[in-house]
Amino acid sequence: MPAITFIHPDGKSERVETADGESAMQTATRHGLDGILAECGGNAMCATCHVYVDDAWLARLPAAADDEDALLDGTASERLPNSRLSCQIKITPELDGLVVKLPERQV
Amino acid sequence: MTASGTPASTGSAAVPHLDVDPFDMNFFADPYPTHQRLREAGPVVYLDKWNVYGVARYAEVHAVLNDPATFCSSRGVGLSDFKKETPWRPPSLILEADPPAHTRTRAVLSKVLSPTVMKQVRDRFAAAAEERVDALLDKRSFDAITDLAEAYPLSIFPDALGLKAEGREHLIPYASVVFNAFGPPNQLRQEAIARSAPHQAYVAEQCQRDNLAPGGFGACIHARVDDGEITATEAPLLVRSLLSAGLDTTVNGIGAAVYCLARFPDQWQRLRADLTLARNAFEEAVRFESPVQTFFRTTTREVELSGATIGEGEKVLMFLAAANRDPRRWDEPDSYDITRRTSGHVGFGSGIHMCVGQLVARLEGEVMLTALARRIAKIEITGEPRRRFNNTLRGLDSLPVTITPA
Ligand code: HEM
Ligand code: FES
Repeated sequence: MPAITFIHPDGKSERVETADGESAMQTATRHGLDGILAECGGNAMCATCHVYVDDAWLARLPAAADDEDALLDGTASERLPNSRLSCQIKITPELDGLVVKLPERQV
Repeated sequence: MTASGTPASTGSAAVPHLDVDPFDMNFFADPYPTHQRLREAGPVVYLDKWNVYGVARYAEVHAVLNDPATFCSSRGVGLSDFKKETPWRPPSLILEADPPAHTRTRAVLSKVLSPTVMKQVRDRFAAAAEERVDALLDKRSFDAITDLAEAYPLSIFPDALGLKAEGREHLIPYASVVFNAFGPPNQLRQEAIARSAPHQAYVAEQCQRDNLAPGGFGACIHARVDDGEITATEAPLLVRSLLSAGLDTTVNGIGAAVYCLARFPDQWQRLRADLTLARNAFEEAVRFESPVQTFFRTTTREVELSGATIGEGEKVLMFLAAANRDPRRWDEPDSYDITRRTSGHVGFGSGIHMCVGQLVARLEGEVMLTALARRIAKIEITGEPRRRFNNTLRGLDSLPVTITPA
């Protein structure tokens, strides 16, 4: 299974295994990772699963849909060009090694 | 359902039939043993009392919520099948709609209640919560339902919508009709609808553009008419959705949270020690009490669900509250734990119809619990809590408490 790395705001990083068909948000919550709230449970309705995708990986993700784009305008931490909602990042074998940074705040 | 009352799909012998009435007063008084019975009976059950299928386990509730093409909403999310019966009011353009119609109206309300909008109203909502606590500290002993769970949302939500000051006393009674009407034709539903005319008249009037203050949620919905996203006849009905679903739900949500924190003092002390837990304390109360207990769907085709075959045109009752305490999904489901990972609970639903007002509800809950926990050392229940009975909503009518200032 592909693994992904979450980097906390303090620089500490956690590498976790994904499961088949998961989103990056689901991987994070399944491993009990702090820093992803996912209040809406992955329905692209809350913007509390915000991540900053490492630049090397950004271009390999499909572009954000309109609802994701609109929600990103309301994230608690600043929206940056590499901001994404982790519940909308579906893990595929090509994303093995993905690196994302967690924002300071989710609400 | 066939006229003889025999399920059309008797072929699925695997489906256990239960004699449970989940809209009965005795059930409402203590639903938990019955929820367990429903979950343990099987992944899909059949309720002979109302001739409907039921799902009470997390996995099946979640699956039904996330397959709107098979389990539709346009035939009503209550027991009444809009294909066979005339709805008691014009159907909702969002709750009782399927894609693609739903997609368009949903986009409008999502924008009106977006995270960006929440940032704009946050300070106002928080200030009102502080004022509420000032008033409660003056009283010391009060009813946590009327003086807190109702008073707080009433002090902000109608203003946020942009409603006129007159007539607001219709809002909670109107919502009570709406949520009773999802139930079967029992006394609760029949009496609610019989008395609904004045509340309906008030609501219809307030949804008109001229009656909504500029800058409020209502006016923002009407503004979408100008850019052609919705028509001028649709806008008032979308405002109606916020009047129906935006107040009584949060009354019961905040009521649930206060009732939990008063019953479980260890959780109250945890919250006082770390105010950043306030938002999750509210969320966990929504899981634990599930202010919205149930919704129905109607099958658009014959479908197999966890081994059971359900025919076309069947009503399926989703027990959100039972799913939220399913031990298959949750550790210690019957304990209220404000540090629990609540993500994934279905108290706000799931999928395309998941509560469009969830951010409003969470904001209200968070700022209210923060204000309470910062300034109150202790909440004691000083009288017998009294339940309020509704076919869909779960909550109290009265919760006498005494508070000790911090
Ligand atoms: C604790 C408070 C609340 C709870 C427990 C709650 C619960 C729910 C649930 C379970 C649904 C899903 C319905 C379905 O799947 O058929 C829903 C939908 C909805 N809620 Fe809420 N709600 C709350 C607060 C609010 C607020 C504050 C608003 C408005 C500001 C609101 C407006 C709506 C609307 C319009 C829908 C229909 C959405 C759609 O069909 O796409 N709710 N709510
Ligand atoms: S979990 Fe809510 S938007 Fe991603």
